[in-house]
Amino acid sequence: MAMEDVTGRPPPKNQMRMSPVVWARRNLFSSIGNTILTLVCLYLLWLAIPPFLDFTIFSAVWSGTTREACLGDGKGACWPFVWANIGQFIYGRYPQDELWRVNIVFALGILAIVPALIPSAPAKRFNLIFLLVIYPLIALVLLAGDRPGLRPVPTSEWGGLLVTLVVALTGIVVSLPLGIVLALGRRSSMPAIRMLCIVFIEFWRGVPLITVLFMASVMLPLFLPEGMSPDNLLRCLVGVALFSSAYMAEVVRGGLQAIPAGQYEAARAVGLTYWQAMGQVVLPQALRHVIPGIVNTFIGLFKDTTLVLIVGIFDLLGQVRAQLSDPSWTVPQGALTGYIFAALVFWVFCFGMSQYSNFMERKLNAARER
Amino acid sequence: MSEGTAAPVKTPKLKVSDKVMIEMTGVNKWFGDFHVLKDIDLTVNEGERIVIAGPSGSGKSTLIRCINRLEPHDEGRIVIDGIELTEDLKRIDEVRREVGMVFQQFNLFPHMTVLENCTLAPLWVRKMPEREARDLAMSFLERVRIPEQAMKYPGQLSGGQQQRVAIARALCMNPKIMLFDEPTSALDPEMIKEVLDVMVELAQEGMTMLCVTHEMGFAREVANRVVFMDAGEIIEEAPPEEFFNAPKHARTKEFLAQILGH
Repeated sequence: MAMEDVTGRPPPKNQMRMSPVVWARRNLFSSIGNTILTLVCLYLLWLAIPPFLDFTIFSAVWSGTTREACLGDGKGACWPFVWANIGQFIYGRYPQDELWRVNIVFALGILAIVPALIPSAPAKRFNLIFLLVIYPLIALVLLAGDRPGLRPVPTSEWGGLLVTLVVALTGIVVSLPLGIVLALGRRSSMPAIRMLCIVFIEFWRGVPLITVLFMASVMLPLFLPEGMSPDNLLRCLVGVALFSSAYMAEVVRGGLQAIPAGQYEAARAVGLTYWQAMGQVVLPQALRHVIPGIVNTFIGLFKDTTLVLIVGIFDLLGQVRAQLSDPSWTVPQGALTGYIFAALVFWVFCFGMSQYSNFMERKLNAARER
Repeated sequence: MSEGTAAPVKTPKLKVSDKVMIEMTGVNKWFGDFHVLKDIDLTVNEGERIVIAGPSGSGKSTLIRCINRLEPHDEGRIVIDGIELTEDLKRIDEVRREVGMVFQQFNLFPHMTVLENCTLAPLWVRKMPEREARDLAMSFLERVRIPEQAMKYPGQLSGGQQQRVAIARALCMNPKIMLFDEPTSALDPEMIKEVLDVMVELAQEGMTMLCVTHEMGFAREVANRVVFMDAGEIIEEAPPEEFFNAPKHARTKEFLAQILGH
């Protein structure tokens, strides 16, 4: 091969121009070991993907109004089961003629969250105040309806995606600020505050969430005077929020440890107070370091909401299971269909969070250009 | 640590007023069992330029860090411009508003632009309107000769530029006293001069300065008093001519021989 002088030229854009065959040879079949791995992976994919696609798409039943449509040999997923129960999956046993209230809460939530997530959207401060303070109050009044003119709907009638979102969003909204406060407390120079935070964090991290939920729903009423027992869902909300706060605190503490002491000292030296130094200098940097960890905790929390099932609250998964026992839809492939549907919904939310965190990380790194 | 890296200056016969800015009496401090500061007595008048020299670990940094209470002292009295430093958080905040500090590692805030680094304290501590804070910051960035970098992030600047931003950031609070904790020790040699030049100008404007440094050239030309510390004690304090030409104490002679003798 003739050598030519390439100094000073931009590096060749091999990746762009390479033909698929050349690419495959370089990346998938570059050595014997690599070739074997590639073939094994292809075989596993071939084992898994075609049957899955066949069940969920090609052999699936897409239309029909009764279980009869899904009966018969060789039929795949029974989607009519999902269509027929979609209302329960989303709203649980929420009264039919009050569903508009839930819809308003959903719509308002989307309207408030979308601009809050777009960094360039205007009026960020108002948007966040609305989302974190005003919106939860509106949602509470509309959903529970304990105001004149609205019919009260007890939380025992809430269910499905509604409950999943209520539990997850409450957990997320409470755990981040509480986690930050706990993390700061754990690093405090005041021994009493430090001890308090350590005990709190280690207690909640040391018990399984299921135990927390059981305690909240079964044990707590025993200790409280008759008629004083707060709502079952509320108790679970508090349990989930405190539980995830402890995890969040440790994630945030990791970020705080990555910030050199000089940053805090410099902030104090120019006259900022402790909270100003934390809020303006230390936390913005610390939280940036741990975005993946924070989102990881959010995703874990979102999926852990399914555990409220064991104290008799029907979240999305619980509602899917409940509808499976409906005799008018008992078909052999019903359970699989329902679980695939639930998995898909969870996956959409969790994947969305993970993509958004990637986006934010890239954006923040680009802004800093370190 | 060579001599003469500082800009040539007209002999700094600057006025020193009678007003006492810093008064330390019988200050002691321990880190655990380690006695870092031993019976420190030091009085600094308005307009004085003090250079604190001494071997590493002698307590120089700790001494100036006590002045804005980044380190609390265990015994003795420290009075800054009439305010005694105690546990009282309000007084500590008051003192910190009057005392600017420049660190060896610059400690700029990497997530903010140069301009935001400078406006942060005026905005939050002085509650200054945003436009005014920006104008103030730009005027100090011009004085340290980097107004064109205002929109950049600290990570994009050289060490010398970062340290000049750090000086501008401290000056934005209009401090009465400036503390420098080895401001040129983390710099590449070719950048030391640009930082020292800024410090020399500041001295000429009559700023009360305390500077921990190994730049003996700077000490000779700018300081009106050199304080030599060793093992937590102030061993000797004297005007620079006397300190360099006729040191009294054996430990001072030894130190000077080491630092100047190559």
